[in-house]
Amino acid sequence: MTEQGAQGSGSVTGAQSLVTSLEAAGVTDIFGIPGGAILPAYDPLMDSTRIRHILVRHEQGAGHAAQGYAAATGRVGVCMATSGPGATNLVTPLADAHMDSVPMVAVTGQVAASMIGTDAFQEADIRGITMPITKHNFLVTDPADIPHTIAEAFHIASTGRPGPVLVDVAKSALQAQTTFAWPDELNLPGYRPVTTPHAKQIKEAVRLIREARRPVLYVGGGVIRSGAHRELAQLAALTGIPVVTTLMARGAFPDSNPQHLGMPGMHGTVAAVAGLQKSDLIISLGARFDDRVTGNLDSFAPGALVIHADIDPAEIGKNRHADVPIVGDCKEVIAQLVALLQAEGADGDYEGWITFLAGVKKRYALGYDAPTDGSLAPQYVLERLSHIAGHDSIYVAGVGQHQMWAAQFVEYEKPNTWINSGGLGTMGFSVPAAMGAKVGMPDTTVWAIDGDGCFQMTNQELATCAINDIPIKVAIINNESLGMVRQWQTLFYNERYSNTDLHSKRIPDFVKLADAYGCVGLACESPDAVDATIEKAMAIDDQPVVVDFRVHRDAMVWPMVAAGTSNDEIKYARDLAPQYEDVQDDWEVRA
Amino acid sequence: MSNKHTLSVLVENKPGVLARIASLFSRRGFNIDSLAVGPTEHPEVSRMTIVVNVDESPLEQVTKQLNKLVEVIKIVELDGQASVNRELLLVKVRADATTRGAVLDAVQLFRAKVVDVAPDAVTVQAVGNADKLADLLRVLEPFGIRELVQSGMVAIGRGSRSISERTHRPVAVPAPVSAIAT
Repeated sequence: MTEQGAQGSGSVTGAQSLVTSLEAAGVTDIFGIPGGAILPAYDPLMDSTRIRHILVRHEQGAGHAAQGYAAATGRVGVCMATSGPGATNLVTPLADAHMDSVPMVAVTGQVAASMIGTDAFQEADIRGITMPITKHNFLVTDPADIPHTIAEAFHIASTGRPGPVLVDVAKSALQAQTTFAWPDELNLPGYRPVTTPHAKQIKEAVRLIREARRPVLYVGGGVIRSGAHRELAQLAALTGIPVVTTLMARGAFPDSNPQHLGMPGMHGTVAAVAGLQKSDLIISLGARFDDRVTGNLDSFAPGALVIHADIDPAEIGKNRHADVPIVGDCKEVIAQLVALLQAEGADGDYEGWITFLAGVKKRYALGYDAPTDGSLAPQYVLERLSHIAGHDSIYVAGVGQHQMWAAQFVEYEKPNTWINSGGLGTMGFSVPAAMGAKVGMPDTTVWAIDGDGCFQMTNQELATCAINDIPIKVAIINNESLGMVRQWQTLFYNERYSNTDLHSKRIPDFVKLADAYGCVGLACESPDAVDATIEKAMAIDDQPVVVDFRVHRDAMVWPMVAAGTSNDEIKYARDLAPQYEDVQDDWEVRA
Repeated sequence: MSNKHTLSVLVENKPGVLARIASLFSRRGFNIDSLAVGPTEHPEVSRMTIVVNVDESPLEQVTKQLNKLVEVIKIVELDGQASVNRELLLVKVRADATTRGAVLDAVQLFRAKVVDVAPDAVTVQAVGNADKLADLLRVLEPFGIRELVQSGMVAIGRGSRSISERTHRPVAVPAPVSAIAT
């Protein structure tokens, strides 16, 4: 089985072969925790000069850190854990990375090959467990298989539609003697991602784009992952077509660009939702018609033809019929669309549509009501954070109200500056993912924007940050409750607040907690103090900072399309539906 | 009946492949009517014949999802008319001295074979498509069926073309630092 590679060496242990393989794959940072089965690998890891291993406090933290690292840098994130509970603690991050197409490799120890299947101590069939939540996974029992398996894992994780790959290595394989030989080529007969789009489909797409009167560019996370933001900017500039960026695509197109309608979906802007809903042509680029975007599928964008470009053929036509399916990498697809439009003429007539949407955008701009009692509005905190920390910082959110406000009220101008758990919706994502992002981008300011509920799920990684010189900043949007669930209880459960009150303005004391973890703790509960507090946090760069923003607990995320209802039912505030006819009339009067 | 589709799936002959395929079907909400796995003319490739009962558009989705599995090399849908499909049936039929003659007549009629005989029973082996085997069972049933075992369907396209022409082309190992976006 061993390929004869360019580099070979004499007899080494499987563990040494593993570490050398990781080095050969270009790994410079690993997040992990040792334990019995993976222990042999940690011995040669100690001697590696190329790899920095960061000892986290919980394997879930290692997994999310690898995700944050990957999302911030575009490189494969790597985490390591032992067998059994170590490996099962990686399940959530793997599922998260699978949903959000994050390139990541997890290396886990497994009990000795002779013990597999005997219910041995700390044995779990992690390959079986993670089959549905990884792009691919491997179990290695022969040490000779280690180098080519690692090479294959990194290739699969980083190419095509990126995703997580797990490599489970039996302890016996780590301990056995073997030879290290890095392969020259990979033997993956069933893995051939298509990146170059079919010319005929591009031609057909261009025809529809030129004929459309109400087109919209529906931009998803695939544009970020493929690094296609420059091509997207060209396409938008060339055609003038309005743009919406999904939760996973915030930053793929500058928020400051007037063509940008904002984020579509359940908590999207009225303009972005209307832009999709009323369009006659949806040009979907690396997006997947998620239920949080489409609302009720049967009534979604009823008058629209669909051009659906995705690197994963299985996404095309999965939820919504595609009139022009295009399989390919977004970067190549958009570049080819631009080239053909330049050749044939980007002469579509979209003027009335653009004016209409500009009117909707102006009339139904994102907004919020400041609390009348002088307490702090969470949206205000994020507006100010965006203003002070700026477009070069990276913002990493948890899941819930604070995540939606961070997606809405932080202004994104660049790709990879917004990192969140979109598909799986993992509470607790923020702190460890921010840690990973900071390791990958040490010279960039990284703000974790977290809820008080989320923060209490994974804040142990503050210790990792403080000890390993990873000075992240954490903004806790503390509304002392599981805010998004509470919002649904307000709207759909007659204000019966079953088990959503966390009392986290009382317990724990986040400032003291930060202090206990070797971080700087700050608190802020009045609008007047917000700027000074953020500036104070920005001034500290040798220690992690945790800011407890004690906000009004009844603030809600608007606009909202209630789950399962049509995008036509969007409300921009409680019980307030937009009146598109008024905008239309305004425009017609002015025109 | 019209919704039945026969998929021939070439997979790498590696441990765990069957589990991957079976779990994908159940995870995506598709039922497998029949599944048969075996070796092919290439030792590193196995072939699965999967019969599914789905409409055209979910079939496309399940095929695409199957194709995403790294160890799946190729999927071909076999058309019923343009392919030969067979199942194997072993059935133990009650047959004493008085009924044995009639049972053997039925076996003859269907070009089946008796593979074991006991004083009060015979074991019949039959090969055919699903309809033929169902007909045979209908005829044997009145005698008393003591035990029955049936294989999944295997199928192969008619004519000289092969679906398993080698698709093995190695991929060069990419440069280290697996950057996906720069």
